[in-house]
Amino acid sequence: MKNTINLKIDGITVTVDKGETILAAAKRLGIKIPTLCYHEDLCVAGNCRVCIVEQTGMRTLPASCATPATEGMEIFTNSLKVRNARKHIVELLLSEHNADCTKCYKNGNCELQNLASETLVNEPMFLDLVPGNKYTIDKYNPAIIKDDSRCIRCQRCVRTCEELQGVSALSVAYKGSKMKVSAFLEHSLNEVVCTNCGQCINRCPTGALVERNYVDQVWDELLNPNVHVVVQTAPAVRIALGEELGYAPGQRVTGKMVTALKRLGFNSVLDTDFTADLTIIEEGHELLNRLKRALVDKDPTVSLPMATSCSPGWIKFIEHTYPEYLNNLSTCKSPQQMFGALAKTYYAQKRGIDPKNIISVSIMPCTAKKFEANRPEMRDSGYKDVDYVLTTRELARMIKQAGLDFQHLEDSKYDSIMGEGTGAAVIFGATGGVMEAALRTAYEVVTGREVPFEKLRIMPVRGMEGVKEASVLIENTLPEWSFLNGVELKTVVAHGLTNADAVMRKVKNGEGGWHFIEIMACPGGCLGGGGQPIPTNKEIRKKRAEAIYAEDEGLPIRKSHENPEIAMIYSEFLEKPLGHKSHDLLHTTYKPRLRY
Amino acid sequence: MTEVQELVRSLTDRHGRTRESLLPILQGVVAKESYLSDTVMTEIAKQLDISAAQVFGTATFYSFLDTEPRGKYVIRICKTITCDMHGKRQIAKAIEDLLKIKAGETTTNKKFTLLEANCLGWCHEAPAMLINDTPYTKLTPEKVLEILTDYMQNK
Amino acid sequence: MNIPEKQLKRVDLIFAETEVYETLEIAFKRDKQEVLNEILESGLRGRGGAGFPTGLKWKFTAEQPSEEKYVICNADEGEPGTFKDREILTRVPLKVLGGMAICGHIIGAKEGYLYLRGEYRYLVAHLDTYLNSFNDWLKKHGIDFTIYIRMGSGAYICGEESALFESMEGKRGEPRNKPPYPTVAGFRNKPTVINNVETLVYATVICKYGASLFKNLGTFDSRGSKVFSVSGDTPVAGIYELDFGMTVERFVEEFGDGDTKAVQVGGASGFCVPRKKFKETIIGFEGVPTGGSMKLFNSSRSMYNVLHNYLDFFHEESCGQCTPCRIGCQQLLHGIEAVKKGEKSTAYLITLLKLAETMKIASKCGLGQSVGNSFKSIVENFKEEMIY
Repeated sequence: MKNTINLKIDGITVTVDKGETILAAAKRLGIKIPTLCYHEDLCVAGNCRVCIVEQTGMRTLPASCATPATEGMEIFTNSLKVRNARKHIVELLLSEHNADCTKCYKNGNCELQNLASETLVNEPMFLDLVPGNKYTIDKYNPAIIKDDSRCIRCQRCVRTCEELQGVSALSVAYKGSKMKVSAFLEHSLNEVVCTNCGQCINRCPTGALVERNYVDQVWDELLNPNVHVVVQTAPAVRIALGEELGYAPGQRVTGKMVTALKRLGFNSVLDTDFTADLTIIEEGHELLNRLKRALVDKDPTVSLPMATSCSPGWIKFIEHTYPEYLNNLSTCKSPQQMFGALAKTYYAQKRGIDPKNIISVSIMPCTAKKFEANRPEMRDSGYKDVDYVLTTRELARMIKQAGLDFQHLEDSKYDSIMGEGTGAAVIFGATGGVMEAALRTAYEVVTGREVPFEKLRIMPVRGMEGVKEASVLIENTLPEWSFLNGVELKTVVAHGLTNADAVMRKVKNGEGGWHFIEIMACPGGCLGGGGQPIPTNKEIRKKRAEAIYAEDEGLPIRKSHENPEIAMIYSEFLEKPLGHKSHDLLHTTYKPRLRY
Repeated sequence: MTEVQELVRSLTDRHGRTRESLLPILQGVVAKESYLSDTVMTEIAKQLDISAAQVFGTATFYSFLDTEPRGKYVIRICKTITCDMHGKRQIAKAIEDLLKIKAGETTTNKKFTLLEANCLGWCHEAPAMLINDTPYTKLTPEKVLEILTDYMQNK
Repeated sequence: MNIPEKQLKRVDLIFAETEVYETLEIAFKRDKQEVLNEILESGLRGRGGAGFPTGLKWKFTAEQPSEEKYVICNADEGEPGTFKDREILTRVPLKVLGGMAICGHIIGAKEGYLYLRGEYRYLVAHLDTYLNSFNDWLKKHGIDFTIYIRMGSGAYICGEESALFESMEGKRGEPRNKPPYPTVAGFRNKPTVINNVETLVYATVICKYGASLFKNLGTFDSRGSKVFSVSGDTPVAGIYELDFGMTVERFVEEFGDGDTKAVQVGGASGFCVPRKKFKETIIGFEGVPTGGSMKLFNSSRSMYNVLHNYLDFFHEESCGQCTPCRIGCQQLLHGIEAVKKGEKSTAYLITLLKLAETMKIASKCGLGQSVGNSFKSIVENFKEEMIY
């Protein structure tokens, strides 16, 4: 059977693969048909109708995103009929939409606004339906704000929540003019199974779903002479921030970001990489400890496989969905929260600052971290460990507010202490990164040798496949780890909660035989986090991943246990991994939450 | 097992636990309870392994799957054109006066809910209404009073 | 071309008593292709309103290689002014089931579903008695085909075939993108024939009497007879089976009250024919198509009220997923209100007519695409009633 199709678009003949849509075929010809409900990461909905085209011989205008090309088809993407209909559609969307753009958080990065501008919308053509609609704003969640008056019912968020995350905290409810995107019983996202992952935000074309921003609060602190503001930056921020500031995806801007943060007035610019390394030490020992209890002590109460706990979206997901597996989670706090706890203890001590005068801010690729920082158990320093969490996007906004010419900033280095990170920490930002970092350290701790992978690249755990399995045979151990001799350490890595769910189902069914599981809630890992620059797609995430691995290889130290600041904190403060202080400051507990 | 769990269990036993069984299950609950309570919806979500938002979203699509408490007898007056032309308003008024409720409301004794519905398929015998599943047609204000009085006294 | 005008003629095929089981026995013994040819030859087109040739639908589905196929009877009769399917299911349910079984036999389906609108739930007990004995009969005759009933729950849009599949799959009744069409991927994404109640009865009738009887009725484009639901300002509201293809004038002569000013053909999603066009308008696929809904309005009626009622209906019953339909229906409704109140100028009706045109060509499914039918035909023919 023939696998290609010939069709004509705007008078130009094009050959495409069978099954390809008119939208994709037009793209090949350099014709960008406008879209709103379409998103590369999601299944096709075909409901906004913005991408309609004219097809010779058809009375109606097919949606190009949803219509496969067929042999001999003749398409017009910009005919009078199409232009008129498209203008109507944009006008209709605007008539139902709170188009008070200057008061919208997404002003300037809104697909509807762009489309309205392209379409040359001026005087409203239709009646304003906004006043007659009783739109609600859900502002009760620490991470996500949902404003129905900005919603265009494209259902991208609903598809994201269902397809990518397997959560379906959001669904379409009611019908006709009352149709809306809603959580169960129209509850606040705060009260339902939402994981705060923010993937819906990343795919919302308008300002209907945005992060709760703390930009003004952070400025207030920065301008308050009586406090000492420390900031930590997560690994995935440095490889994506540039996208908000004029760079193409995949550009590393670590040095400029540090300079910018200093110029914004942060008293100390530090690195979450430091606590990512610390996580590896703590979590690595926790894993080895569990393995020892299982293999040597034959302790039936030990929970294996052990799962990573760095991703707060994943934590909330498992608390809702698999509460019976909470003991399988590593008790390690996420790097952000370890950092927060240490900032107001160790850092305060070393710098001689009263912790009550320290404000701890984190820059995260994540919206779930906002929720995490607000968890009541995250106050082990005696204060709120992390006061404010800003997303990559919020930081970009502050940089713009401060008028910094980002692209021309000099590079500078993180401050000390807690500013030192290794390549192993940087790769925390990509799916498989925590696993790779852990293996780099654990293997060496156990055998005294580097992991047997060229240039420390543990390729099986890298890449964008949803679920990746890898095993490492442990041989010729150091004497104290002899019980691991001959053990094949089996691991699995998943990103995106739909994949996490698939892994957990297997665990539940007793399948897999894994010892260690890495889960990151977002597609691609933190680099695809809910707080990262918009838009996102596979290509962008791939570029960000490449940047992360390049950053890793560019660093002199690429194994967590070789971070000199880590050695220092253990000798000066923590004493030993899983020690008393660690237990108090760096580890946490979890709680079961409502499943439905 | 709570009463709600038992009801849902009996329906899942009958209709299955796949997504396809969602509508028959919701219909079964409404037939018994007049509406879908929060707890019923979460129980169904649990049994079918879907999210509660999906149950809610599906239910609210269908006019007959109420998610608000309804009376034992749900009166649905047809408001579409032929019934409207043939005295729907007088019928509605007669019911409102008798039951002392307006469309969308439920009597304090939880016996009756008055709703409006789109075309019930009895245009040739307009005006028409449903009381639960039973159609009543060729209504007059007098006839409606008679019907409802019977419900009030005998059902 | 001068085609002699059709006279109004009553027909008695649908409700006439026939021995369905006998028809089935003969049909099952015949070559499948031969039976299919009979349906093709008859010229039968879907009686739900859209009028797709039934034989072709069956043929396309029969040609699909899938092991799993379905026959679905669309009994989600929700079009305002249509009530004939309810009557058919009440009076001749076996003929409906028979049509499903014949279709199943031809296309190679093992299961059939009758999707009944929630408003007709009271019919279930009645249908069940027939259904049980019918299924038993099939089993006894070695025919691997079973029919089940599925219920709707009050959603007009579920009469749209792909929305109906979604509903049967336990979801919101939101129409799907097409292609793929049901003959390729319908219920459970398997090849599916979905036919209106009346269509299936005619299939049974054609199997009994042969294609020619049916073909000799009606017109070239609208073969056979058709069941009409007659309501509104008429002294004889009810259900009538008539020779297909008469003019509105003939129809009004028979059913009008002497003061008919307009006939709405095809329900809220159909066309309004004003008195001055009665003579030239044929009821059928060559003129104004209808699923059977015929509403008569006399000169005491406000066509503004009629249109308002329809738009109120649509803005509630749109599934809400696509922009032109969800927002368009609201704009049309509130738009005519604004013109009536004088908040918008008369010229705004022109804007609304253009919008209705966009809805016709840009909506995702037949619902949104047909709102413009009644809107345009009422506004254009009764403009003064919209304003004053």
